[in-house]
Amino acid sequence: MERALYIHIPFCVRKCLYCDFYSLSDLSLQDNYIDAVITEIKRIDDKKFKSVFIGGGTPTVLSNKNLEKLLKSLSKFQYLEFTVEANPGTLEKEKLILLKEYGVNRLSIGLQAVQDRILKKLGRIHSFNDFLENYEMARRVGFNNINVDLMFDIPGQGMDEWKETLDKIAEVNPEHLSCYSLIIEEGTPFYELYNSGQLNIADENMDREMYHYAVAFLKSKGFIHYEISNFALPGYECIHNLTYWDEEEYYGVGASAHSFIDKCRYYNVDDVKEYIKLIYNDEAKKEKIFISKKDEMSEFMILGLRKIKGVSKGLFKKRFNEDVYDVFGQEISKLIEQGLLKDDGENVFLTRRGLDVANQVFVKFIL
Amino acid sequence: MPSDRQKKIRNFCIIAHIDHGKSTLADRLIEKTGTLTQREMEDQVLDTMELEKERGITIKAQAIRLVHTTENGEEYILNLIDTPGHVDFNYEVSRSLAACEGALLVVDATQGIQAQTLANCYLALEHNLEIIPVINKIDLPSARPDEIKKEIEDVIGLDCSDAPLISAKVGLGIEDVLKAIVEKIPCPEGDEDAPLRALIFDSYYDSYKGVICYIRVKEGTIKKGMKIKLMASKKEYEVTEVGIFRPQYMEVAELKAGDVGYVCASIKNVRDARVGDTITEAEREAKEPLPGYRPAIPMVFSGFYPTDSAKYEELKEALEKLQLNDAALIFEPETSVALGFGFRCGFLGLLHMEIVQERLEREYNLDIVTTAPSVIYRITKTDGEVIELTNPTNMPSPTEIEFMEEPYVKATIITPSEYVGAVMDLCQNKRGIFKNMEYIETTRVMLHYEMPLNEIIYDFFDALKSRTKGYASLDYELIGYKESDLVKLDILLNGDPVDALSQIVPKERAYQRGRAICEKLKEIIPRQLFEIPIQAAIGSKIIARETVKALRKDVLAKCYGGDITRKKKLLEKQKEGKKRMKQIGTVEVPQEAFMAVLKVE
Repeated sequence: MERALYIHIPFCVRKCLYCDFYSLSDLSLQDNYIDAVITEIKRIDDKKFKSVFIGGGTPTVLSNKNLEKLLKSLSKFQYLEFTVEANPGTLEKEKLILLKEYGVNRLSIGLQAVQDRILKKLGRIHSFNDFLENYEMARRVGFNNINVDLMFDIPGQGMDEWKETLDKIAEVNPEHLSCYSLIIEEGTPFYELYNSGQLNIADENMDREMYHYAVAFLKSKGFIHYEISNFALPGYECIHNLTYWDEEEYYGVGASAHSFIDKCRYYNVDDVKEYIKLIYNDEAKKEKIFISKKDEMSEFMILGLRKIKGVSKGLFKKRFNEDVYDVFGQEISKLIEQGLLKDDGENVFLTRRGLDVANQVFVKFIL
Repeated sequence: MPSDRQKKIRNFCIIAHIDHGKSTLADRLIEKTGTLTQREMEDQVLDTMELEKERGITIKAQAIRLVHTTENGEEYILNLIDTPGHVDFNYEVSRSLAACEGALLVVDATQGIQAQTLANCYLALEHNLEIIPVINKIDLPSARPDEIKKEIEDVIGLDCSDAPLISAKVGLGIEDVLKAIVEKIPCPEGDEDAPLRALIFDSYYDSYKGVICYIRVKEGTIKKGMKIKLMASKKEYEVTEVGIFRPQYMEVAELKAGDVGYVCASIKNVRDARVGDTITEAEREAKEPLPGYRPAIPMVFSGFYPTDSAKYEELKEALEKLQLNDAALIFEPETSVALGFGFRCGFLGLLHMEIVQERLEREYNLDIVTTAPSVIYRITKTDGEVIELTNPTNMPSPTEIEFMEEPYVKATIITPSEYVGAVMDLCQNKRGIFKNMEYIETTRVMLHYEMPLNEIIYDFFDALKSRTKGYASLDYELIGYKESDLVKLDILLNGDPVDALSQIVPKERAYQRGRAICEKLKEIIPRQLFEIPIQAAIGSKIIARETVKALRKDVLAKCYGGDITRKKKLLEKQKEGKKRMKQIGTVEVPQEAFMAVLKVE
């Protein structure tokens, strides 16, 4: 089975107020960093991948010179899908052309909301108009598979603003949409604000209303709801992310990137300087966790159930040579009884209620 | 007449309120007399249990033999007996005092007399001990030794004119204390040839030696090979070892009238060598045991259940092991509809209960659910039968009850005078009956109340401390039973009564309490997949209701890229949290719910 390849670019123009991913806004390290990443890429033996994904951070903050260097090092690989993440305000024409030239065939743009007032509150560097300009330019350059990230349950956003966001995005016809609800993470400025009562966030009921609205609205626009937070036009499901949800293997390159290779999970050191120092002696991998068959079965369920079509009983049997009911029968039956799971004969999947409280379901598959 | 040997012995203990410096003074005395070298010294030498050091309290009695050489070169044996200080262990304290001829009364020069000091001091006076007041912490800027001396003279009536002024912490005045011990405390007396009478003031279980009895020989002599008899338990043994405390066990040939030491006799269980029992010779029995023996009587009862029902046997074994060393702990199997199989345990008081719970969790790694502690209610039924009730679940139906009685205590509270109003208000709320009030000095007041024990074991002490900024102190003793109008308050979760949450409450408080408990439970029980009604009921009548709303959302929508480990960790944490909850019917209830229902105003 072919693997996926992920490359992490932990640089941003500015860190958003809710973000707890590792990233730097000091871009001076990018030359050394890209050299280090290329060194790590060279060690990979695989020639053919299902997908390549350059994520971040904001990969498009790299200088065109560094970006080209990176893309060149990847040109020896074969793949079906090649995604680059971008934020509005960093996608000028030359960059788009460069990406296109080197075989990037999918863009993932972080927009979050269409109201400038809300974008400002989130600490984003762009306006809605910046997005529209970049988006149209990308179309003109020839990108015909674009994802847009949206967020709901954010401060200052009511149902009306959310509807407006979905309406305006639907008008520009992206092939793919991700709708995430804001999570207040420890260690972020939002966390401090939230704890001191200065963040006005919708309650759970409103959160669910927004979610259910998005599901219904996007379905009416022809999108397929294929994962808890992801929607795609037919044939445009994200191959790369499906790798994770199908519990398939992947390489993760760059600081803080995670890998799953030969049944082991690894991750690289977070710190960019540390990574640059260690990578030349191949010492950047921090931890190696062997995923036993039991772990793998557990992860297969937890990740697989994120997909709307759920876990295929046939695939489970094929992969583990055991019947899913022999392993998790008690849990599944109880969850079906509670109305959180359903079994249509082929697949076991989350019900509508199950989607709302998915963690309560997943937790039953933790060993 | 004391023998020459006896003239060189002093047996004494130290009485102090918590934090007034008892353990520190003991450390200094040990150091000064060279009993332990600097290297062997650690803080609070005599508090050996981890829990004792941590909480700064003494739970078990300890003893140590100090050898002190006076200025003119005479050697004295000073036996220091360290006693527990808490009211739960009052009986143990009284036995330790009975093993001594004198006591050091340590009073903090900044705080003055506290309720606990007073209670133990009166206990010492009852045993005719010579009391030497010692004023500690005089190095502190806020020390007011002269005022405190006057306070001791006024309140207790002890002459303080030559009370040593010391600082145990910096080692000031320790010589004066040693001098006072030798000069003021009477030496022990007692005929060394009379039939043996030795008082057990504590006992420990040791897996090699069996029970080690800590004794004070009052009359006669005890040595290895002697056949002995315990006068209360009526059991006979052969002495395998006698010895003294240095502070580790050191075997000696014999212990004679006036000595403090230990004896081992292959005794299997501390229950057979209870604190307060008298050891005599089997061949030449003493006419009468030493006065004052009574078996420890548990006053507070609570259900102990393993969170994981599979751990029942482990809990049983752990309780059995603790019991080896704790004659006051009793338990018997009990079944709860809600909690499954567990044990109804009896304790001397709430501190004793907390200690047992903590030891089970720490030393035996058990997760325990404890039910609300209850006192023993006395119920006279309409058919004339009198029953004692330790578990609210077993309360007969009201139609079968003629009347109910509950235990009362006499409570003594000492507080700065500005808090008198707040304290009286609290006592009133706790159904206290005001007895009288005295001024100890112009700024401090002593209040006496009669109060149901039931009210004290709840959160009384915490409430008292919080209303007086920590300044008030409390002591109490049981005075007997009084009739009360009581009802059983049941709690229903999702429509089903949860027996483990039932409580007996005064009728006039039932509504208020029911409401408060429902509100509290609503806070504690996390939202679950369905709505959970919480109801309080008396008989079949619902008196209060709250609802825990169903969980609407619990989903990680965010994408963590390939970081599956992080996702899993979050779920593992969630699962861990669930494990600590007790499944009652379909409802998951956190452990603390069972105790928290008590802590409602």
